[in-house]
Amino acid sequence: MSHTPFLRLMPMLIPAGITFIAFFLLPMVKLAVVGATGDAGLAAYASILTTPRHWESLIATLILSISVTAVALMISTLAGLFLVRNLFPGREVLVAMLTFPLAFPGVVIGFLVILLGGRQGLVGEISQALTGDKVVFAYSMTGLFIGYLYFSIPRVILTIMAAAEKLDPALEEAARSLGASTWRVLVDVILPALKPGLIASGAICFATSMGAFGTAFTLATQIDVLPMTIYTEFTLNANIAGAATLSIVLGLVTWLALFVARSLSGATVAASG
Amino acid sequence: MSESTAVHIRQCAKTFADGTRALAPVDLEIAGGETVVLLGPSGCGKTTLLRIIAGLETADAGGQVLFNAQDVTALPVEKRNVGMVFQSYALFPNMSVRENIAYGLRVRKHTRSQRAQRVAEMLSMMHINELADRAVSQLSGGQRQRVALARAIAVRPRVLLLDEPLTALDALLRERLRIEIDSLLRSLGITAIYVTHDQAEAMALADRIVVMSQGRIAQQGTPRDVYQNPQNPFVADFIGTVNRLRGTLTEHGVHAQGTLLPLGKGLTVSATKEVDLLFRPEDMRIVPAEEAQFIGTVSSAFYLGDRTRLLLAGIGDAPVMVEVSAREPIARGTEVGVSIDPQGLMMMPGTPS
Repeated sequence: MSHTPFLRLMPMLIPAGITFIAFFLLPMVKLAVVGATGDAGLAAYASILTTPRHWESLIATLILSISVTAVALMISTLAGLFLVRNLFPGREVLVAMLTFPLAFPGVVIGFLVILLGGRQGLVGEISQALTGDKVVFAYSMTGLFIGYLYFSIPRVILTIMAAAEKLDPALEEAARSLGASTWRVLVDVILPALKPGLIASGAICFATSMGAFGTAFTLATQIDVLPMTIYTEFTLNANIAGAATLSIVLGLVTWLALFVARSLSGATVAASG
Repeated sequence: MSESTAVHIRQCAKTFADGTRALAPVDLEIAGGETVVLLGPSGCGKTTLLRIIAGLETADAGGQVLFNAQDVTALPVEKRNVGMVFQSYALFPNMSVRENIAYGLRVRKHTRSQRAQRVAEMLSMMHINELADRAVSQLSGGQRQRVALARAIAVRPRVLLLDEPLTALDALLRERLRIEIDSLLRSLGITAIYVTHDQAEAMALADRIVVMSQGRIAQQGTPRDVYQNPQNPFVADFIGTVNRLRGTLTEHGVHAQGTLLPLGKGLTVSATKEVDLLFRPEDMRIVPAEEAQFIGTVSSAFYLGDRTRLLLAGIGDAPVMVEVSAREPIARGTEVGVSIDPQGLMMMPGTPS
């Protein structure tokens, strides 16, 4: 009796099963197996710790992603709150333009950073005219930081704005009537209300920064972020096992961040970009 | 407790950025310990006036708000020491009941033991001891509003401001909490300003009702005064139910629909003029046809249990509403005679037809 609905539902699981096996399980297993079948065998997984270049690259990527996430959250919270609370001419246009960076692939963002801070960049020209020194930051971690910030802010700002619009203004007024200063209202009322949105968009921001490749590749080939290291190991050094183990580690770290965010916020969090 | 706070409002007006005028310049004196209800339809300016008193809105230049002798016009809400209760409860969802009530004390940097003591006092005053450690999301509407009241009172505010606190509750709960609020305000002796659009709530709670319409004070007085002697058609219509007949006032009395109604004592008339006669459903009686001032046909009858409300057609332009305590059912279509208690007859200048 109770078997019947299950049996009837079984065929419906087939497409999902095929998709899961063909596009998710098989490549993952293959990747894990490839990682362990190099010259070093399973020890290749230890290479991320024993090879300084690998593990420095992991640390650098983590630091970059964490700082991009932190700064993006701070800027977006302030800007998002401002945009929700203030009506001014051109506000709609500004909000619409904020989603613009989402439309660009990483290569274009890298290009934009070069136009800004490259050898012929805007900042370089202005600084040369003013001080005689040409400031160039595009081809380094700083350039990458700016690029990642550029495409992270829109993701966060839109989430913050959606959460801030739902906030009951009476909550803030109640806190103020009880004597709370602006700072206390922010800490006790506004940030707690924004918390799920901050966690969710922060996780996406982190995951995207961990895995972004196009921007780094456009800026410079010697920037040691994890996706770049994987690329060089795989194409230049033909170290397929090393590239595979690094990929698995990158995937695990990113997945872990999303998993933690999902269990903290209860909301649906998915990486993109 | 320290002395109660009188509130003086002088020439407070409010014009919003888009040019709409929410409040014409208003003067209002509220005595210490008094419960004043601002009553009016939505958009009449009552909430704006409350928010100006709270410090959540600033009055247009020239307006002044004083608490006793202190001019608080320039003080923001966080410095005015007012307690506020909102229609949406506005409890902090990230804090427990206890933390909500303690919040104002925490902001004021009271010690842990002072806070615990005051919170305990508040919990038992509002009969919500068992809710102390609940999350806000676990509370019913009535419980939430009790917590909100406790939170507002915990800091011993100078003035308690309530913005439609019962509007979101169902009828039965509204009645119960209204009685609780009433006894709370009496026992605290705190100055309270209460905004509502519900006239029954206003009548029950107020020492004084301030009826507002279109950004102005239409009338103020005790509930009895406002109900029995409305000074203009708006107040008459807004408070309670009122019937209206067009009539002509002469030295003999008022002629309406072919009937001469005697004037109340002490009224003299110098010239004939058009008037609107206003009278309430409970000031009419059903009488035998030969004594009747008017004869009407029952077009609807609503049996309400404690009384029956009849709509009579054929007397004026609009159906006349009569309230009778008759235990005998009165069928639709019956012709009944009615007379108006002269005490209950009110007159307003006639509206042009």
